[in-house]
Amino acid sequence: MASFIQLLVSGLATGAIYALVAVGFTLLWQTSQTINFAQGEFVMLPAFFILAAMNADAPFWLAALIGLALAVVILGALFKIVIVDPMLRYGVLPLVISTIALSLFLKESVKDFYSSQAQPFPALVAATDLQFFGAVISTQSLVVLAVAIATIVMLHVLLNNTRLGRAMQATAQNPTLALILGVPVRRMVLYAFLINAALVAIASILISPIYLAKFTNGETLGMAAFTAAIIGGFNQVRGAIVGGVLLGVLDNLSAAYLSSQYRGAFPLLILVAVILLRPQGLLGRFEERTV
Amino acid sequence: MSRLGAAATAAAAAFAIAAPFLLKPFGIFLISMWAVLTIAAMGLNLTLGYAGQVSLAQGAFVGIGAYTVALLTQAGCPFALAFAAAGGLCFAVGWMLGYPALRVAHHYLAFVTLAFTTLVFLVLRNEQWLTNGIYGINDIARPAFFGWSTRGALNFYFFCLGTLAVLSLATWWMLRSPWGRAFVALRENPIRALSLGLDTRRYTLMAFAIGSSLGGFAGGLYAPLVQFIEPGSFALGMSFNLLLMVIVGGGGYFFGPFVGALVAVLLPEWMRITQGYYLIVYAALVMAMMAFCPSNEPIRPPILIRSSGRDKLGSKNMAEVPASCNLYPLSAVVPNRRLPAVVNLARCTLFV
Repeated sequence: MASFIQLLVSGLATGAIYALVAVGFTLLWQTSQTINFAQGEFVMLPAFFILAAMNADAPFWLAALIGLALAVVILGALFKIVIVDPMLRYGVLPLVISTIALSLFLKESVKDFYSSQAQPFPALVAATDLQFFGAVISTQSLVVLAVAIATIVMLHVLLNNTRLGRAMQATAQNPTLALILGVPVRRMVLYAFLINAALVAIASILISPIYLAKFTNGETLGMAAFTAAIIGGFNQVRGAIVGGVLLGVLDNLSAAYLSSQYRGAFPLLILVAVILLRPQGLLGRFEERTV
Repeated sequence: MSRLGAAATAAAAAFAIAAPFLLKPFGIFLISMWAVLTIAAMGLNLTLGYAGQVSLAQGAFVGIGAYTVALLTQAGCPFALAFAAAGGLCFAVGWMLGYPALRVAHHYLAFVTLAFTTLVFLVLRNEQWLTNGIYGINDIARPAFFGWSTRGALNFYFFCLGTLAVLSLATWWMLRSPWGRAFVALRENPIRALSLGLDTRRYTLMAFAIGSSLGGFAGGLYAPLVQFIEPGSFALGMSFNLLLMVIVGGGGYFFGPFVGALVAVLLPEWMRITQGYYLIVYAALVMAMMAFCPSNEPIRPPILIRSSGRDKLGSKNMAEVPASCNLYPLSAVVPNRRLPAVVNLARCTLFV
């Protein structure tokens, strides 16, 4: 039982990080039909921005802010203007290839210009363990969980309780109508890209102390984000949250109780099952199928 | 085929036969790799370009084919039989993978096939008793036919080229048969195809199965070509690469994969002059190629994009923009979506 609670909490913590990444992924899809295959590398990169800033003797909090700002500019605005905008009108496939090339580009750039070795990354809090009904729970997991939940709550408030958020939702649901009603659709799409960049930067700060900052980190993270987004529902922010958390917990539990060799396979089997039985995802709306 | 097309094909074939005599061993290895990957890309072109079913699983089929041939020949089975088994196994697995395609389309299908690729990778890596896991399989023998050994690089290249020729002829013949027409109908308008009495269900499965079996055949050549296979080669990277070949060459064009594979095999090698940075440069080139010269048929663009202006710039307006050509030479050439990306790229570069 104690080990179950331990696994559950650490699963929730990784799941919350997956959820952040998956939410950004669905935001891009909803507002601009962008499938970002470089989303994993987007999580990998901000950690290196922060490390670079710290190498220039910036304290951690300042480095984190610099990393966040750089991520928003480069992974948000530049990504949209340079890569997505010129290609969107040609449909999904060329953009898919382009983002795959982008992921290779980012990975190789970090490898060649920073380091191919895993880099230690400072944690938000010192690693201490708490005893809780016999289960040992690291404060790190709890902090990760708290930050992730706070971020998601803030995003939720932004999307549902502000004028800006409702304009973004209108853009996602029906861009034509939103434009007619006076919503600045193009700016809303840009905001979605900026929010995605901020989310991946936060995820990067949370996950890098656990996995160390390494140029290959994006591969598993990107995969987890797609899977989470699809399991939960490609067109719903709450779906992505549920999908992410579910994935993190299932991943941990199946690795411990079923088979650690095939740990990567369980999420995929769930993914295939969900797509076949409920293509819109667990919480998703049904999308008109373009046959 | 027009007379010009026939002449171009003959010239290309003559070049393919003459090329290895001018090359060093590594060059021969590369063009052999081109022939092998062209077969796989041709299969994906059938599934994606002609039948319109998005698949990110072609690399996994190359893997299944490669392992089948490697394991069977090492168990003493003659190469021809192992080769046929590779194609047959991939046909069966591809048929089964087609079932999801009956239920979901487009990006969902891309994700199902992506999951399949990762699952195949995991099985290849974890089932050590069969595949030797991450250590891979070494010393895969190259076959000999009636005393003609393909052990040398040159002979093996001609073996690959011959197989490519036979399989392309078969594919060409199939695409011109009613089956090929049915595949295109499936892509263009499945509902209409259904109402015209085509069994779209069967043809969807068929498109997957035949495309996958070509992937299996490619794998059957890949194993003896490289002589060492390990699961990592057949992970998502290869599927992405094959997709790149089809899109760059132009999906739905018979010779698209030939050109696309040439670009995808040679471009990274040429970029080696930039030394350690060749993959970065290659990735940047791919992004540029996709941005300026996408050849894929557009899925209806959202309104915010349609109002952006450049889309309305038809080819007849091209005469009006020469002044801007000097500033933005690439973007001033409006890509013609009916042409493959490579052709557009050539047009773009000529305008510079």
